[in-house]
Amino acid sequence: MLEPVVEIEQQVTFKQEQLQTLFTVLQKRDYQLVGPTIRDGAIAYDELNSTADLPVGWTDEQDAGRYRLASRKDAAYFGYVVGPHSWKKFLYPPVLSLWKANLQKGEVVVAPEAAEAPKYALIGVRSCELHAIAIQDKIFLQGEYTDPVYKARREKAFIVAVNCVTTGGTCFCVSMKTGPKATCGFDLALTEVIDGQRHYFVAESGSVLGAEVLAEITKQQATAEEQQDAKDLMEKAAKKMGRQLDTTGIYELLYRNVECARWENVAGRCLTCTNCTMVCPTCFCMTVVDTTDLTGQNAERTRHWDSCFTLDFSYIHGGSIRNSPKSRYRQWMTHKLAAWQDQFGTSGCVGCGRCITWCPVGIDITEEARAIRAGDKSDKATMAIKEH
Amino acid sequence: MEPVFDSKAAPKEAVVRPMVPEIFRVEKYRKETHDTYTLELKSASGTGEHRFKAGQFNMLYKFGVGEAAISISGDPSLPNPLIHTIRTVGSVTKAMSKLKVGDTIGVRGPFGSCWPVQEAVGNDVVIIAGGIGLAPLRPVIYQVLAERRKYGKVFLFYGTRTPDDLLYRGELEKWRARFDMEVLVTVDRASSDWHGNVGVVTTLLKKLVLDSDNTVAMICGPEIMMRFVAMDLIKKEMTLDRIYVSMERNMKCGIGLCGHCQYGPTFICKDGPVYTYDQVIELLARREI
Repeated sequence: MLEPVVEIEQQVTFKQEQLQTLFTVLQKRDYQLVGPTIRDGAIAYDELNSTADLPVGWTDEQDAGRYRLASRKDAAYFGYVVGPHSWKKFLYPPVLSLWKANLQKGEVVVAPEAAEAPKYALIGVRSCELHAIAIQDKIFLQGEYTDPVYKARREKAFIVAVNCVTTGGTCFCVSMKTGPKATCGFDLALTEVIDGQRHYFVAESGSVLGAEVLAEITKQQATAEEQQDAKDLMEKAAKKMGRQLDTTGIYELLYRNVECARWENVAGRCLTCTNCTMVCPTCFCMTVVDTTDLTGQNAERTRHWDSCFTLDFSYIHGGSIRNSPKSRYRQWMTHKLAAWQDQFGTSGCVGCGRCITWCPVGIDITEEARAIRAGDKSDKATMAIKEH
Repeated sequence: MEPVFDSKAAPKEAVVRPMVPEIFRVEKYRKETHDTYTLELKSASGTGEHRFKAGQFNMLYKFGVGEAAISISGDPSLPNPLIHTIRTVGSVTKAMSKLKVGDTIGVRGPFGSCWPVQEAVGNDVVIIAGGIGLAPLRPVIYQVLAERRKYGKVFLFYGTRTPDDLLYRGELEKWRARFDMEVLVTVDRASSDWHGNVGVVTTLLKKLVLDSDNTVAMICGPEIMMRFVAMDLIKKEMTLDRIYVSMERNMKCGIGLCGHCQYGPTFICKDGPVYTYDQVIELLARREI
């Protein structure tokens, strides 16, 4: 769980047209703005130039295996939930050159890549996504070895969080205790309020830098009524979660159900397409690819996002360890909800619902967890192996 | 907003550029068996310490082909040259088998946990290897024999498919000739010119009498072999924390970030490859973990 570091300052308010001021202030501070924009019929995260690039007046309808854009009656900037992208594409690039090597008179000379990290301002980060970033921080920055590329990008990033006042059909942040309100891990947090003719933001800062930026936009303190309106919207959203996941004893539940019939059942539907791992904001597996050019003199190693759903993932001489889709789904779900806790002291799931929405056959992790729990025979199910 | 952490869990100092290989040169190339060879490597720049602990591995890179995790099989007290015994099983190890003296190779490491050579001081030591599994155990043999008086009885049980697959034959004979070490070898199948044992490695353990409270066992070989050997040792009343095994999985980074080598809740590259048996007993009995 995220813990606040800076006491959240008083809430201020600014009119919807002043959102552009925020963009301008950040751009003047040399931030490359990245955030939601419409692309290919979905709300993707990409570079933003102005508020006109935001998905104004659009929302998303989500269910297992289903995603549709729909127009809203109002002109909300952030009236959607989350799309197929997550912020990891900026902090942990999907493809990254690690080094290049070439042969000089038959000798291999290796040159590490040393690109300067971009300075991103992430616009519209949801609470579940803040938690996902905090989880990836643990993975990439807190172990014995750290990822220098992630570190450089992460430390430079300015985070503008947006509190959720809309919920998606596959959301379950309330179950995972990761939302819908952003409580920490941001520089600025905004709540968008549309009340009849009034369209404004209630804002708070979560860092010194955030407070500085906010002061350049507004010093207008939010009235008690405005604060209450924002709070009511979030509370309403929290009650409308599309999904629920009972996390009681989920760690033990999954470990003691290594062998359970449900894995076969889900494997009958799973296409091992890797979509769930690509859209997941916490999935961090990667592979390396070595290539050479046609002269055979120049080689390069690139790092790519990888997925535990591929056969290659577990390949060692003689074959793949996880040959069956059953074992691959089990690996993913057990890692996400149980092994992650052993490895990083936190769940690997933030309840964003992306894996449910973007699964082409609509496999739902909350439903799978429920089914495993229903079939759990905890009295006789134990991981201890009798034969030993 | 910068990342925020508990101060108690600050990252440890680690290799500066763990993902960038250092260039080494092949000093010696020795063919061990029809599919196995040993490389002796020296840093091309001639600098740097390349200390390692018995049981650790390096990521070896063949220019333009790729990288593979290979255990270090030399003597930890003599880390220069770096010694790797490699079996040709895939594209990278096959390309490496064609290296010649003077050729270059990339090295990252050493990574991973080590055999309990220090913890075993004062105990009997039982080393059980199957096939190429002898390579990561050879550093243990070197270390134990270098300080032979610190240990009780020392056993080496070694099994391969055929007599032609035996690694380090010259050394095996030297070790067998010692009065302070018992070396037993077996093969799965052999022709009539083989006068030794035939059968899986567990057949060698039948007559073994253990002082189970004062013995440390180190096992490396195929998973099924390690499992059956461990079962036999448990029957001889050894406790799980005195039995060590070395695991293998696909590895891409070696530093716990790529996710490939996950084994239950652990990463083999940093929590392993050497585990106590109580860490893996439940996992080893499952398929496709």
